[in-house]
Amino acid sequence: MPKLKVSNIYKIFNDGKSNVTALEDVSFEIEKGEFVVIVGPSGCGKTTLLNIVGGLDTASSGTVEVDGRQVTKPGGDRGMVFQSYSLFPWLSVLKNVEFGMKMRHIPKEQRLETARKYIGLVGLGEFENAMPDTLSGGMKQRVAIARTLANSPEVLLMDEPFGALDAQTRIVMQELLADVARTTESTVLFITHDIDEAILLGSRIIVMSNRPGKILDIIPVELSISRNRSALTNEEFLAIKRRIMDLLWKETL
Amino acid sequence: MNIEKNKKDYRLLSFIVFAILIAAWCIASYSGMVSKIFLPSPSDVLDAIVSGLKDGSLWENCWVSTKRVMIGWFWSAAVALPLGMLMALSKKFTAIIRPFIEFARYLPVVALVPLTLLYLGIDEAQKYTVIWLGTFFQLILMVCDTVSSVERNQVNAARTLDANKWQVYLYVILPASLPGLLDDFRLTIGWAWTYLVVAEMVAASSGLGYIILKSQRFLATDVIFMGLILIGLIGLLTDFLLRLLSGVLVPWYKRLGD
Ligand SMILES: Nc1ncnc2c1ncn2[C@@H]1O[C@H](COP(=O)(O)OP(=O)(O)OP(=O)(O)O)[C@@H](O)[C@H]1O
Ligand SMILES: [Mg+2]
Repeated sequence: MPKLKVSNIYKIFNDGKSNVTALEDVSFEIEKGEFVVIVGPSGCGKTTLLNIVGGLDTASSGTVEVDGRQVTKPGGDRGMVFQSYSLFPWLSVLKNVEFGMKMRHIPKEQRLETARKYIGLVGLGEFENAMPDTLSGGMKQRVAIARTLANSPEVLLMDEPFGALDAQTRIVMQELLADVARTTESTVLFITHDIDEAILLGSRIIVMSNRPGKILDIIPVELSISRNRSALTNEEFLAIKRRIMDLLWKETL
Repeated sequence: MNIEKNKKDYRLLSFIVFAILIAAWCIASYSGMVSKIFLPSPSDVLDAIVSGLKDGSLWENCWVSTKRVMIGWFWSAAVALPLGMLMALSKKFTAIIRPFIEFARYLPVVALVPLTLLYLGIDEAQKYTVIWLGTFFQLILMVCDTVSSVERNQVNAARTLDANKWQVYLYVILPASLPGLLDDFRLTIGWAWTYLVVAEMVAASSGLGYIILKSQRFLATDVIFMGLILIGLIGLLTDFLLRLLSGVLVPWYKRLGD
């Protein structure tokens, strides 16, 4: 059974005057431990799709299943990291990361231990008592990732989490995320419009079309080299990149 | 002097403004430029304060007025807080209550005073009611706006972290809107003093508003000034205490320019 199953999702926005079709017949499955990336042009419905999977928005039709159970509301089984920062500014880094466990009434001791583990994992051990406002953008996003992971979600949903970061910090964060995902054996659905990022992180890449968003193709990423910044110029890497770009370009013509 | 960084300089500047005001007052009154009936001298006002302190009437009047403001405002906040939050979170409730609130908000409170006298007489409840009417209809809309402006992202994050509806209210919406709510409170307490004086001027036998009105009949301008200065000082003190409270409750909150 797939960990996450998305079947025939349609989303039509209605603003009272006209209808905008944002998603058209989107279906895919993700196995446990897989890292799947969605790429697509801006406005093609990526955020909308992730919000539907996360239960923050409802589909016009179609279903989302986690471990075979249909889900319609948000819940901790689908942890989310958002496109823009969403930390709670009134809580310290540690308290932010403990938040989900507190909501589930997990005992204080255990909460602290788990929170510290994930804060360490994203390399912020020294900052557990810092307030979010005193952190840089990259650090905030790392806290957001730790906060979501500490709540042990079944599936991790990430919406362009590194979109606002500079190129260098971005690469550091990508390597960090790949590491963390591997050590925690997380199942991840990750959104980006950066093709390099998609190939570096994904075991499969879902390529979406312009609005209305449809799935153009699902491309497996098999690289014989290790995935780090030096892979960016490797032939295998570039071949996959070319394939994705061809798909997207055909779309714009 | 670097006001941006230095707290001492900030205080100094505030102090200088007061010093200039007082100096101007001294010059205008002691030189005889302005008649005593219109502008008492600082020493006249000090005399009034000292005699008020001696016979205990000063504390008595300050306390009576402060108590009225606190109780009237407290009831206003106690009702406006839950209803304002409900308005921000439920369209249905907004549809029920908003038209009435907007209607009532534009009624001048002074025009309602005769009715309060008719219904409630001249006892304390009438004072509380005037203050309540003056602040409630504004405060409920302020609370609604403050709560509505909580970032959607934060609420969504909490919901995907297993928070149920009540936990979202308690652990996200409330702390996120607390700085704004404290500001709303500070503003409306100021207005509560305005309506207190309105209430005390029409029907009262104690309080700062009452002694101001009474003094006008006897042309006791020094006592009027004393009343005004006391109201100002109590206002300053209240503001100071609420800022202190902000610092304790929401130390994480930074304003533009802090
Ligand atoms: N609440 C809404 N009402 C109406 N239309 C909406 C709404 N939300 C999104 N849309 C439309 O749906 C489309 C998809 O939006 P979405 O935010 O999912 O795009 P995206 O792929 O995440 O883009 P980006 O890469 O820029 O973040 C857009 O054309 C947008 O105009
Ligand atoms: Mg988006």
